Amino acid sequence: MSAISPHPGGALVSGGILPKWAPYGVFLGAAALSAAVLAAAGSFSIGLTLVFGVLLACVAIYSWSRAVEGPRRAVDRVVTMAIASAFALAMIPLASLLFEVAKRGLPGLSLEFITDDARGVINGGGAAHALVGTLVITGVATIISVPIGIMAAIYLTEYGGGKLRRALTFFVDVMTGIPSIVAGLFAYALFELFFGPGIRLGVMGSVALSVLMIPIVIRSAEEILKIVPNHLREAAYALGTPKWKTITKIVLPTAFAGLVTGVMIAIARIIGETAPLLVTTGVIDSINSDPFEGRMQNLAVYAYSEYRSPGVDKAASYERAWAAALLLIAIVMILNIVARMVYRRYKTEIR
Amino acid sequence: MLGAADKKRSAVESGSEKVAETATATAPGDLAQAPMAAKAKTIEARNVNLYYGAFHAVENVTLTIAPNKVTALIGSSGCGKTTFLRSLNRMHELTPGATVEGEITLDGEDMYASGVDPVRVRRLVGMVFQAPNPFPTMSIYDNVASGLNLNATRIKKAQKDEVVERSLRGANLWDEVKDRLDKPGLSLSGGQQQRLCIARATAVEPEVLLMDEPCSALDPVATLAIEDLIGELKSRYTIAIVTHNMQQAARASDLTAFFNLEESGKPGRLVEVGETETIFTNPTQKATEDYVTGRFG
Repeated sequence: MSAISPHPGGALVSGGILPKWAPYGVFLGAAALSAAVLAAAGSFSIGLTLVFGVLLACVAIYSWSRAVEGPRRAVDRVVTMAIASAFALAMIPLASLLFEVAKRGLPGLSLEFITDDARGVINGGGAAHALVGTLVITGVATIISVPIGIMAAIYLTEYGGGKLRRALTFFVDVMTGIPSIVAGLFAYALFELFFGPGIRLGVMGSVALSVLMIPIVIRSAEEILKIVPNHLREAAYALGTPKWKTITKIVLPTAFAGLVTGVMIAIARIIGETAPLLVTTGVIDSINSDPFEGRMQNLAVYAYSEYRSPGVDKAASYERAWAAALLLIAIVMILNIVARMVYRRYKTEIR
Repeated sequence: MLGAADKKRSAVESGSEKVAETATATAPGDLAQAPMAAKAKTIEARNVNLYYGAFHAVENVTLTIAPNKVTALIGSSGCGKTTFLRSLNRMHELTPGATVEGEITLDGEDMYASGVDPVRVRRLVGMVFQAPNPFPTMSIYDNVASGLNLNATRIKKAQKDEVVERSLRGANLWDEVKDRLDKPGLSLSGGQQQRLCIARATAVEPEVLLMDEPCSALDPVATLAIEDLIGELKSRYTIAIVTHNMQQAARASDLTAFFNLEESGKPGRLVEVGETETIFTNPTQKATEDYVTGRFG
């Protein structure tokens, strides 16, 4: 065997192999080195250390790997390290945001914060009115958007064709990009026509949010319905099934898990909206759970107003703003977990 | 090879007679309604031309699918066999831009006459597809009953049970699945899934069964099981089967129609149709002989 191969390990072995810890070791070493050099130059900072550390580590792992493992492995090592660094870079804002919100919001989060409103309290109170408002406004927006969005998606995938379909898809894409304040102003203008100027209602906020939510629901539902294989539709047709029954009994159940996930993502996207609600639902201090009567508070606007116009104890107001932000993130997270559970439970194998 | 297949088939047939007897013993009422001995319907195609948009896929086919016989459609890929088959239950027009010219009749009634509901045509002319396609959201039981459920046929649970059992027995699948009817249809093996699809197609009691390469995704053992089944089903149905497998056409069919494509881009044509034995041993056309002997295509 050694007669055939120039390498001592046989024909299949092209060289040695680096130890398992090599990428981590190289990165830590490179980071330490760049930290030391930067400190010596008097311009140390974490950001610069990481940037130089990654660059240095890429060079180091390439040379080391090339010497030991050969050129192909060396390229593989460098690209792996570059991609891992890009991933870490993308995670930094998310992790630091979560950490910061948790750090500042947790002290303000208490049972009273969730159960009390802020009526007649000069400084303090809770965010129950905002929590109720958020749930009601978002809930009504979902009730409006989901049927419209899913039916529109059914039209686009199952019925529509040609120019009309292309035009609709184009306008849905345009709608996805509408600035949220425009949606708020649209809802305000619409309700002002009927109820006169200065009108503020919970349902106005829901209408504004629907304008933002419908295109997201259409887009996600359309993608999901498209991947329902055509052979299932044909199997149903071949049994003599009318088209509408094929859609309601075969296509929609097959796509159910994906549709739910899409709706949850759409909810998560709109639940934290602030601008359109400022102009439609207004600001209020007490619990109002009737979307058709009076103003309504929600968590995002609550956080905004606590920050914008703090009470006598500014620190306490800021703390409540952070707590509201944390609560909002928690709701979004719970929604995502529920969506995942629904998906696991109901997903259908699509081949 | 043919001899072995025949022996196996006759064994299965005598087995299924036993099965039929027990079924009669348990459920005499409903079986009387089943068109067991009834003559199935004839499909006649006259001067049929099929198009996908501007593309002329099938040219001038005149062919009779005889009742209670198995008609095999053979020919090289792209010669229009499947397209022609799909025009026989108005599935062709589901493809956007696809059009049909000519006349196709079911026992003398024009399928494409205005006022004919394609949904009704497909109730009478069922179809089994190339790849097994059970509904992924449904159990084995619900897959078989899906035709009844989807067509809003209001029947009692007991009756539905009966139809499901009869269809699964008819598809030689009952013994393999009777203890797990509530399991998903996709939990079955490929061959079982295809027999499930056949059971699903027969549960609505069509007059004609169209099969589009029903065995192309299956192993030889499962293929033989399906071929045996086809042999049994022809006593009740008119069957047309598209196949790329020469032995399958020789084994399973009574009549064979050979389609050919002169060159790519040209429409496919029906070259010759006749008794399967004649087509395979003594065809009148040179192209047919070349194809069935494997010299071409």
